[in-house]
Amino acid sequence: LLLCCGNSYRCLSNQKQNPTILVSTEEDKYGVYSNLLFKYFLAEGVVCGHDLFVASAKELPTNILKELPAPLLDDNYRNELGEEATAVKSEDFQDSMKIAWRYQNLPKVEVSPTTSARFGHYYDVSKTMSSELLQSIKCHSFFLPEELSLQPTIKMCNMNCGYARLLQSIQKIIYQEGFDGSHPQKKQKNILRIGVQSLGAMLWGDDICSTDNPEDTHSLTKFLYVLRGLLRKSLSACIITVPAHLIQNKAIMERVTNLSDVVVGLESFIGSERETNPLYKDYHGLIHVHQIPRLNSLICDVSDTKDLAFRLKRKLFTIERLHLPPDLSDTVSRSSKQDLAESAKLLSSGCGAMAIGKKHLDF
Amino acid sequence: QGKFTLLRDTRTDGSFLVHHFLSFYLRAGCKVCFVALLQSFSHYNIVAQKLGVSLTAAKERGQLVFLEGLASCLDMLFGEEEEEQAGQPRPLRFISESTSDLRALFDFVRTSLAPAAGDAWPGRVLLLDDLGVLLSLGASPVAVLDFVHYCRVAVCCRLQGNVVVLAHGGEDSEDEENELVVTSLCHHSDLILWAEGLATGFCKDVHGQLKIIRRASLQPGGEQDVLQTYQYKIQDKNVTFFARGLSAAVL
Repeated sequence: LLLCCGNSYRCLSNQKQNPTILVSTEEDKYGVYSNLLFKYFLAEGVVCGHDLFVASAKELPTNILKELPAPLLDDNYRNELGEEATAVKSEDFQDSMKIAWRYQNLPKVEVSPTTSARFGHYYDVSKTMSSELLQSIKCHSFFLPEELSLQPTIKMCNMNCGYARLLQSIQKIIYQEGFDGSHPQKKQKNILRIGVQSLGAMLWGDDICSTDNPEDTHSLTKFLYVLRGLLRKSLSACIITVPAHLIQNKAIMERVTNLSDVVVGLESFIGSERETNPLYKDYHGLIHVHQIPRLNSLICDVSDTKDLAFRLKRKLFTIERLHLPPDLSDTVSRSSKQDLAESAKLLSSGCGAMAIGKKHLDF
Repeated sequence: QGKFTLLRDTRTDGSFLVHHFLSFYLRAGCKVCFVALLQSFSHYNIVAQKLGVSLTAAKERGQLVFLEGLASCLDMLFGEEEEEQAGQPRPLRFISESTSDLRALFDFVRTSLAPAAGDAWPGRVLLLDDLGVLLSLGASPVAVLDFVHYCRVAVCCRLQGNVVVLAHGGEDSEDEENELVVTSLCHHSDLILWAEGLATGFCKDVHGQLKIIRRASLQPGGEQDVLQTYQYKIQDKNVTFFARGLSAAVL
């Protein structure tokens, strides 16, 4: 599903019975990286042979599909990550620590998981997926301007019309294509991957992104509830991206989080003061994991680290643990340490499924 | 008996408490009406099996009445027309209709737990997971509080049963409606189990802290509320509790 993400997303692969996950992604300010993740989700579906359902209010689904990243073949992938992997291995000799000897026995921090922990496929962002590969699977699309012009408006739960129409469309596909177990004689089981772009944005006819007192604060959450029901009842997984930074009413985002299985927030450094912060010079943004699924189990698969950052290299989009570089500058002094501590405070917002701390312990 | 228990969580997920109470009351031989709004039946069933109880069997013998909110909502929206006319109950009617009261849901609860001839289950329990979903679906806070009140009267007073309700929400929450509901319920609860994330942040061995508040102040005699605090770690089939600072990882 996502690459190089380690433990947090491995649990998705264990859903052998019913992969029915609702992933909500809080878009970064300009939608650059969330769009990328959106396309990765769809691309993974193509490579795995799943059916796709792409919904958008602003972009033609066929155009979105034309821009999916091309999968990396095995040898290419090894070359790409090869340089980094060998760099780590060359330090393998046991270097005994003199000052920080307490840390001697801790495992080396792995910035990105090794090839043995590979999950999903890898993609080359600089190339687009071939049309032959795309044609090998079935794609359903929903483009709101087209849909609204076709049929008369429908009434569903006093919900926003665009959302209601989308739900109807998804339900129809799930039923007709047998993802919910109807027509068992039809064909072998497959998974439906649903992607909904920029839900809640004004183009969907919802005003939660444009005003503090929206006319209807419940449309989006009602939509999510019904969508959740559809997903649970069928073999499907869905990613939605939400421009959370535009939603003034924060209660809505809290409710959206409660109704989703996985919630990931993307914070890009474009245009923010963090762009020039030396702490973040290697990265393009941060990833905040607000919620991970706790399905069919008392426990959830929480990874050790809460601080994830991402960067977009020429060919690869990677997600890594964010680690502070040692402060080796000439101006090492108390005041610069204060800056580092301030920046570090912003790091561990934690994950809702386990525990979020309010106070930052200064070590 | 006749008690209202509020399960709340802040900065963490307190649903493990719901699983506990579900299996606890089923094993104790009570008739349970479970209004499960957020997760599917199979989710609870799989966890209950780990805790030693089969929900399917309980349903078959009539001990468990399970309302799967998600499925019920789908039936209501995409179901066949004939079902509507057949007088099928629609407990989540408030989502699609303009009336914002939860009367239909209350009727469902009341009829599920009503005493029936040949009933082998002496105790009565209403379990609800979780209250915030009702607000997300358009019910007003007052409607939710009314619903809870009616359930209390029906279950706790008339049937001498127990009501256990889960509500999320925390101090930094911006969801005012939710806070209103949770705060109000806190005042009226006989027992509050409050799961919180640790103030110091994420820890692998201690998943959170549980505050148990027995509202002795509500009883005649006017004693003070009793507060106990434990820390806990959730495992695959079990949750271990220990006194603060005494996690096995530390000792």
